[in-house]
Amino acid sequence: MEVEKFYYDNQIVKKFTYATIFWGVIGMLVGLLLAYFYLFPNLTSGISWLSYGRLRPLHTNAVIFAFVGNAIFAGVYYSTQRLLKARMFSDFLSNLNFWGWQLIIVAAAITLPLGYTSSKEYAELEWPIDLAIAVVWVAFGWNLIGTLLKRRQRHLYVAIWFYLATFVTVAVLHIFNSLALPVDAMKSYSAYAGVQDALVQWWYGHNAVAFFLTTPFLGLMYYFVPKAANRPVYSYKLSIVHFWSLIFIYIWAGPHHLLYSALPDWAQNLGVTFSVMLIMPSWGGMINGLLTLRGAWDKVRTSPVLKFMVVAITGYGMSTFEGPMLSLKNVNAIAHFTDWIIAHVHVGALAWNGFLTFGMIYWLVPKLVKTKLYSTALANVHFWFGTLGIILYALPMYVAGFVQALMWKDFNPDGSLLYGNFLETVQEIMPMYMMRAVGGSLYIIGLFILLYNVIMTVRQGYGVTDELAEAAPLKRVAKRRVAGEGFHTWLERKPVKLTILATIAILIGGIVQIVPTLLVDSNIPTISSVKPYTPLELEGRDIYIREGCVGCHSQMVRPFRSEVERYGEYSKAGEYVYDRPFLWGSKRTGPDLFRVGGKYSDVWHFNHMYDPQSISSGSIMPRYQWLITDELDKSTTEDKLETMASLGVPYSEEEIANAQKAMDKQGEEIVENLYQDPEFVKAYEADKEYAEKNNKDFVPMKDREIVALIAYLQRLGTDIKVDDEPASASK
Amino acid sequence: MKFAKQYLETIEGIEIYPIISLSIFFTFFALLLWWVFTAKKDYIKEVKDLPFDQKNQES
Repeated sequence: MEVEKFYYDNQIVKKFTYATIFWGVIGMLVGLLLAYFYLFPNLTSGISWLSYGRLRPLHTNAVIFAFVGNAIFAGVYYSTQRLLKARMFSDFLSNLNFWGWQLIIVAAAITLPLGYTSSKEYAELEWPIDLAIAVVWVAFGWNLIGTLLKRRQRHLYVAIWFYLATFVTVAVLHIFNSLALPVDAMKSYSAYAGVQDALVQWWYGHNAVAFFLTTPFLGLMYYFVPKAANRPVYSYKLSIVHFWSLIFIYIWAGPHHLLYSALPDWAQNLGVTFSVMLIMPSWGGMINGLLTLRGAWDKVRTSPVLKFMVVAITGYGMSTFEGPMLSLKNVNAIAHFTDWIIAHVHVGALAWNGFLTFGMIYWLVPKLVKTKLYSTALANVHFWFGTLGIILYALPMYVAGFVQALMWKDFNPDGSLLYGNFLETVQEIMPMYMMRAVGGSLYIIGLFILLYNVIMTVRQGYGVTDELAEAAPLKRVAKRRVAGEGFHTWLERKPVKLTILATIAILIGGIVQIVPTLLVDSNIPTISSVKPYTPLELEGRDIYIREGCVGCHSQMVRPFRSEVERYGEYSKAGEYVYDRPFLWGSKRTGPDLFRVGGKYSDVWHFNHMYDPQSISSGSIMPRYQWLITDELDKSTTEDKLETMASLGVPYSEEEIANAQKAMDKQGEEIVENLYQDPEFVKAYEADKEYAEKNNKDFVPMKDREIVALIAYLQRLGTDIKVDDEPASASK
Repeated sequence: MKFAKQYLETIEGIEIYPIISLSIFFTFFALLLWWVFTAKKDYIKEVKDLPFDQKNQES
């Protein structure tokens, strides 16, 4: 048999590896800055693009898509070539994948701080960037499948299946969740409204965790752990069961993010059932990973690579035990909206994704530059910094979550809330926020140690070169050879059919959950008193979205006595029918805002945005002073209304034509209310006088952003409480 | 199941749903386990060792 010579592309692996480290540093530093915002809320006061609400999505996107994303590509490009005995299908596609992905990350790093966001978690990027993601993702998939077709290895190792499932599912998720109608180049409204938007978003959000943070990393685990331990995976049969049951079950679990919300109960219960089942394949995989080290535990003592991998797999086991527990309704009632969830995701991100990435880097970089790791001792130091960092991050957040949830639910004997002021519950957990910042700092110090170690290793090594390999091309399979082969043996010789079956496995869950909610009207009972937002309220809502208020404030009162007592009547599905996107949120760093309309005066909101601490002593909300000075951009209001109308929101042509007038009128009413505050009058009139004297442009208060935001906030949740109190924006 | 029932009862032909789900699941996992348990030993051994094809690799 003729043997073919070819080269493995190591350059692309090198590029992705370096990008992983670079974006890891950036993403985690932004995270650390956010941790310090809890302690010093006005750290970057006055700089809108460095405010908490805008940086939070930057942190999550940078860590998930930049750090973990590049690590996935590095690992996939390295292992795929070797497992298939072929160079990647196309160098052009490899480089398109690399440079396209980096450009998207840079675009995210620019647009998110500027406030261009769809506000849907982990899918915040606006539509032009979404399109670019689709193009680059297709380039990746095309490259992967092309390589499969020209492979020289008949059988597909289980890691390859995980990569294929990742490609297919992320494509499906990304397309369906990003469906939106553009208003202009950088603004769009979701194709789904309210409850439906929430369901699609968390079908996406949960499966982004499943198919971006989990399946590709399981593929990496099945390749790199055996390589590092120098022994095959514990049970290959178990890995087959792991793969199919995981992708079949995972896709159903999304609704566990929406328990006790206005989502129909049948969908919630379906999500819970599948989440509980998930523990089986997840733990099967974890056990398979850990048992791969059977008989090699002595190596774990000396090899930092294996140390990182063992903690990573343990972290996977911990978060996949915790996940099903958190999706039980009674546990979720406590954990949801608290820092417990923050602890949960960071065990996953820091231990599972972070540590597996570090283990892979320590194994890979010396191979690429043909030398030994510069310092094993430093890698061990990194390991301990990282491990302590995880513990010091997660434990305080667990405590904070429990403490705050219990305080939220605590009643006096007379039936009133023991901690009626939300701030009391925040003050109680401040020491935990402090410890979290310390834990995060330790973890990042560890990352810098890795950076130094990698730089020194590269300096002492040789340039990265493509690696010569040889293998025989695949022969046609003779009939008699396949006689009597099992179905699976046949299937995993056929990458295209395997991909199709995997796609079917993931589509079943998505279709069963989403299609009925979109099509069956009775799932979302309408409420006749719920009306679309006025033009000014809609503009205010877009400011709420731009500033990332949803990062700290939910808009979903759950049907608990403690929440109804604190916030008001619980939320109904029919109240969200005009919410594009939905803004239910997933964390309550501050109180829920769904029924905030009419609760405080316009003056209160104005002063609170200007200086939260002067109104609520000890508040950790940052100042939003630019909202008070900046002019509201009303140039696209009509376009926004028209876009909404084409999505089915009943705005009449007349309403759209009179939008500017309506905004002026509603704005003037709010300004009138503000005039009741003598302090406001004094400052505002002085400003006006100063501008006139110095011939400077002066923006009347009714045209400023704050007025639109107040209009929106005063509207929130007032549609169905007309009976017990007047629902007016001007009290 | 009380809280889910009201929604489920409104769907026509609902009786068939649990039967369909059970059959999908049963078939899926039955097929899966059947593949796994009938897989040939030497095939499993071969695929398991794929990451260790020393001929073309550096480690």
